[in-house]
Amino acid sequence: MKPILEIQNVSKKFRINHEQQPYLSLRDSITNIFKSKNSMEDFWALKDVSFNVEQGDTIGVIGKNGAGKSTLLKILSKITPPSSGKIIGRGRIASLLEVGTGFHPELSGRENILMNGSILGMRRFEILKNFDAIVDFAGVEKFIDTPLKHYSSGMQLRLAFAVAAFLENEILIIDEVLAVGDAEFQKKCMGKMEDVSKSGRTILFVSHNMPAVKSLCTKGVVLQKGTVSYSGPISESINQYLTTDNYEDKNLELIEKRRGNKKVIFSKFNVTTESNSLSNNILTGDTIELHFTLKISDATVSNIDVGFSLHDIYDEMITCNYSSYQNQVFKIDGDNYMKVRFKIYDFPFLQSKIFVKGRIVVDNEESDWPQENIGSLSVEQGDFYGTGRFEEMKIPYLLKGDWKS
Amino acid sequence: MEFEIKPQNKFSLGIKELWDYRELFYFFTWRDVKVKYKQTVFGFLWAILQPVFMTLVFTLFLGDSISQKTSMQIPYPVFALSGMLLWGIFSGGMSNAANSMVTNANIIKKIYFPRLIIPISSILVALVDFVIALLVFVVVLFFYKVEINYINLLWLPVSVFITCISAMGMGTLLAALNIKFRDVRYIIPFLVQGLLFLTPVLFPTTISNNLIVKFVLKINPMSGALELMRGIFNGYEINFETVALSLISSLILFIIGIIYFRKTESYFADLA
Repeated sequence: MKPILEIQNVSKKFRINHEQQPYLSLRDSITNIFKSKNSMEDFWALKDVSFNVEQGDTIGVIGKNGAGKSTLLKILSKITPPSSGKIIGRGRIASLLEVGTGFHPELSGRENILMNGSILGMRRFEILKNFDAIVDFAGVEKFIDTPLKHYSSGMQLRLAFAVAAFLENEILIIDEVLAVGDAEFQKKCMGKMEDVSKSGRTILFVSHNMPAVKSLCTKGVVLQKGTVSYSGPISESINQYLTTDNYEDKNLELIEKRRGNKKVIFSKFNVTTESNSLSNNILTGDTIELHFTLKISDATVSNIDVGFSLHDIYDEMITCNYSSYQNQVFKIDGDNYMKVRFKIYDFPFLQSKIFVKGRIVVDNEESDWPQENIGSLSVEQGDFYGTGRFEEMKIPYLLKGDWKS
Repeated sequence: MEFEIKPQNKFSLGIKELWDYRELFYFFTWRDVKVKYKQTVFGFLWAILQPVFMTLVFTLFLGDSISQKTSMQIPYPVFALSGMLLWGIFSGGMSNAANSMVTNANIIKKIYFPRLIIPISSILVALVDFVIALLVFVVVLFFYKVEINYINLLWLPVSVFITCISAMGMGTLLAALNIKFRDVRYIIPFLVQGLLFLTPVLFPTTISNNLIVKFVLKINPMSGALELMRGIFNGYEINFETVALSLISSLILFIIGIIYFRKTESYFADLA
């Protein structure tokens, strides 16, 4: 049997304009005639992407932000055309890049179900056939004739997902729709999606939630900077994604803005995960090791106290740790460089991006304090409790402990 | 059912696809009609108040001088209101269509359907207003005891058709341009006002002897539509030369608009 989707050498180019607003104005395009075209730059959001999707596959499309996932889904949904290459499809595609597309606050719940269903490509009779089930799934019976603007945001979301859940297309494209809503509803949605995939339909699913991807998908496609870096079984794909990373090996000696007497300075920083691979892509619950390479310029120093702090994207410090907190200071062993490691058990933070800063105190005097980040960690939600369950919540960190009675 | 997604393939009108998505015409029109008069005190009355008010203003200030100068056979208010009603389809439909792609940008960026449905639905919304206002027009006709030429009443659908395709041509062209150049949004109100005076809506074509004005009035697609509309008054001679010219110019406008729209629509989601 032929694959239900054949993606052949698909590329997508955007022209990015460095100076201007996101949209053109007539004046700009007139003045542009007289300007050189230097401010325009080609940007390949996707380059030569090829893979096949078999009927009944549930494929997780994973990759970092900006890897091209959304662009790929937009091309598959026909929202934007590819610049080259082609896709052959053998079935009706429904795409859910957003829940509640076309919802209007002035219309009632009933009217919005009809409108939204129709925009998603459902026929009127299909919507009417499933109408009661949709209302029931969303749990909004009482408010079905109330304008949507009086709904709580949770109710709007439930209604939106409920409509989409009853799409009967052969191919479903779903982008990160589970990243919203409360935990209970998410569970309901995941359950529904599992039913859908069991019914033999094909799903392409994009999410940053690795446990969700792992439990739902059978295969994975890893995108990296617009190209497919791996495609195959889902667990292998997730591993590939977590390790093949835009890992940066920054020479910290080159940082100019730093405080201290510079007797001992940071030279390198990297992170290893349990499997001993270098990666700053980690999952919550992982045991990781932070490696600091120090450069010693003064051989007379004796007590080296190394500290680091983790910061969220707003530069708020979320934790800080010095070796001296645990009564540990390091002695030099004659080499110009020395390595210091810190092992973190069950990494608890849920912030997707964490920045690392470092500071070295030598013999109670500040030796090095770089005024910029020495490294970063990209965190995805992992199987923190070791139960295979995932609860997506907007909380900063997780606790490991024991429940007893 | 096999399909292909490729870089912009060769030009087609996509009629089959429009037919597949025909229910969306209904839903978009229905949504816009519904939302338009929600939370308004007068509701559907607005569809009537706007042309009536304009007619009133013109009747009070210019009515007498226009009807004397052109030796008009029918009462000026009836003449002006008939024009304003038809003009309502064109101006309302065109300006809504021109803004429709931008106002629906969030939908365009998230889901695929034939884009033409959006501007065409905007025109259907204006058509709904027209039908409502037509009821009031009938009352006005009775009030002024204007005699109706029932045979010429058959021309009314043709008149509405010319108006719709002109509005569609202009509307789709401006909608496509608006996505790229947001200046269009500011041009539309001027355009509507300017065109009102280049169209025999509030005065007959005989008002001016200036050759340029005469020429513009002649090739104006709305001239023929208005000519047919006024044919329903007993004693009004339809100038079929004007009608033919208008039909041609409206078709040209329509083709230009639709082709430009279809040629650029695949990139709307990137630009919106």
